[in-house]
Amino acid sequence: MTANVAASRLQDSGAYALELDSVARHFGALVALTGINMRIAAGERRAVLGSNGAGKTTLFNAITGDFLPTEGRIKFFGEDITDLPPHERIRRGLRRTYQISQLFGGLSVLDNIYLACRGVSRKRYSLIRPKPSDANRMQAESILHAVHLESVRDTPVSNLSHGQQRQLEIAMALGGAPRFILFDEPAAGLSPTERRDLIEILNALPAHIGYIIIEHDLDVALRVSEYVSMMHNGKLFKEGTPEEIENDPQVQEIYLGGGHG
Amino acid sequence: MNADVTQNPATPARNLLARIGTGHLVLAALLLAYPLVSSDFFLTQIGGYSLIFGMLALSLSLLAGYGGMVSLAQISFAGVAGYTVAIFGENNSNILGFGWPWWLVMPLALFFAATSSALIGWVSVRTEGIYTIMITLAVATAAFYFVRQNYTLFNGFPGYTGLRAPIVFGVNFRDPVPFYYMCLVAATLSYAAVLYAARSTFGLTLQAIRDNPRRMRAIGFDVTAHKVVAWFYAGLIAGLAGVLLVWFNGRISPGTINVAAAINVLIIAVIGGLKHPIGPFVGAVMVVLMQTFAIDIVGAERFNTLIGVFFLAIVFFSPDGILGLWGQLRQRLAQEDLRSRQ
Repeated sequence: MTANVAASRLQDSGAYALELDSVARHFGALVALTGINMRIAAGERRAVLGSNGAGKTTLFNAITGDFLPTEGRIKFFGEDITDLPPHERIRRGLRRTYQISQLFGGLSVLDNIYLACRGVSRKRYSLIRPKPSDANRMQAESILHAVHLESVRDTPVSNLSHGQQRQLEIAMALGGAPRFILFDEPAAGLSPTERRDLIEILNALPAHIGYIIIEHDLDVALRVSEYVSMMHNGKLFKEGTPEEIENDPQVQEIYLGGGHG
Repeated sequence: MNADVTQNPATPARNLLARIGTGHLVLAALLLAYPLVSSDFFLTQIGGYSLIFGMLALSLSLLAGYGGMVSLAQISFAGVAGYTVAIFGENNSNILGFGWPWWLVMPLALFFAATSSALIGWVSVRTEGIYTIMITLAVATAAFYFVRQNYTLFNGFPGYTGLRAPIVFGVNFRDPVPFYYMCLVAATLSYAAVLYAARSTFGLTLQAIRDNPRRMRAIGFDVTAHKVVAWFYAGLIAGLAGVLLVWFNGRISPGTINVAAAINVLIIAVIGGLKHPIGPFVGAVMVVLMQTFAIDIVGAERFNTLIGVFFLAIVFFSPDGILGLWGQLRQRLAQEDLRSRQ
């Protein structure tokens, strides 16, 4: 990929998926985010790196509306979504995963994914049991297949292993017709094999689906992203291609502690 | 060819029976045959009354077991339905009593109960856990004092008397056997509806909201709206129980919906178990039997102590109520079975 990935993507699609205009978030006196300006083209795949407490998850929460930004505006495919409740943002094609799995422990794996498909579809209040031929049910089955969870299809989620729960966490973001996904440390706590599977799943996503991925594991982050944003103390301080970021002396100083290969 | 003809019509019926399950069929047969062996007292005071309070506890169980919202106000919604019957139907109290026919009053009573439940739900879904309990306790208490002090609409302390179950097509539902079957039909409908809807799309959303409301928002659900709809359905069941309750008592007064009654519903639901819609009915039978016969065992002054001790024992040994005990027993039997085979 060339250095100007965002620009070339923009020419392809003609739209920004996400535009953040001086977004800030304060928790009392604590400034978790400040002056974030970000433009991400439709279909672009971006990694956000930074040490613990840099504001990465807060950034996600501001975008999805889990809590609202103190200042600034957020646009999603040209529409101002700053004041929309979370579920309305999701219905416009935004999705997210969580750093700590947020699943429905009492329901089966298939029902978890089914709800993720149904949430952006009609008949959410239906008192009829979904038939196997139901469109959302069928999409849930195919997502189940894509994330390799067929063997635990009817198992209650609280009985899954950590790796399987992380896998399901990703599946939950694929329901409906996502246009842009926020992945919050999807590889946390995964075994090397599971990491390989994860990279495979991310790279197999349809080209029109863009995402931001927060990832501590540089190997994963750099293999699934075209462009990297570095965060430190609630600010964006550097953007570039994976190669530029990896070789940047300032980045190595702050994030990698200077000693990284 | 002949075999085909005989088999084809039988298959759907057999499928239906298989889906209903042996346990349900045996239970249905026992409940249908119950009037053959029981006295009028056991038919209404134990049978009918248990079914009515089972429905009240089921309405709580719908909210608490599936939605994670514990409400103490279900008896108040039953009261809304009961007072609707008194005000719009006929009563002996010479106040209001518009004399509307039962088939008009009953849907109206259910509608008022369900909407008032949805309204209280809408207020209380902003809270969680203990705060939902406190808000609904406040509602139940306020409702009790309001109807006791308001004479123009609710006839205050004495309430309304002379509320009779209707006579339909010559069947007098004031008589013990028809009244019992009416309660049985209403309870079966409520039970089957909850059992079926638990696996419906809405049922799944409710359980998912109980497990993780944050994720529900993050996959596109309006969590508040789904909770309010659940309160509406719970109010519908409570309202149905409320109508039956005033026909059972023949009257409604503030005492019917006081805080003791509100807590009674919670106790029934917890003793029976919240994990399955049969739990509230099991709990209701236990509590009604105890309330009726504890006086004979320990005397009039101590019967509440006996119920309290039983409640403590159940909660202590099985947080999932009697259903939980049954589950433990089944597990143990299965283990013994495995061991004996080895």
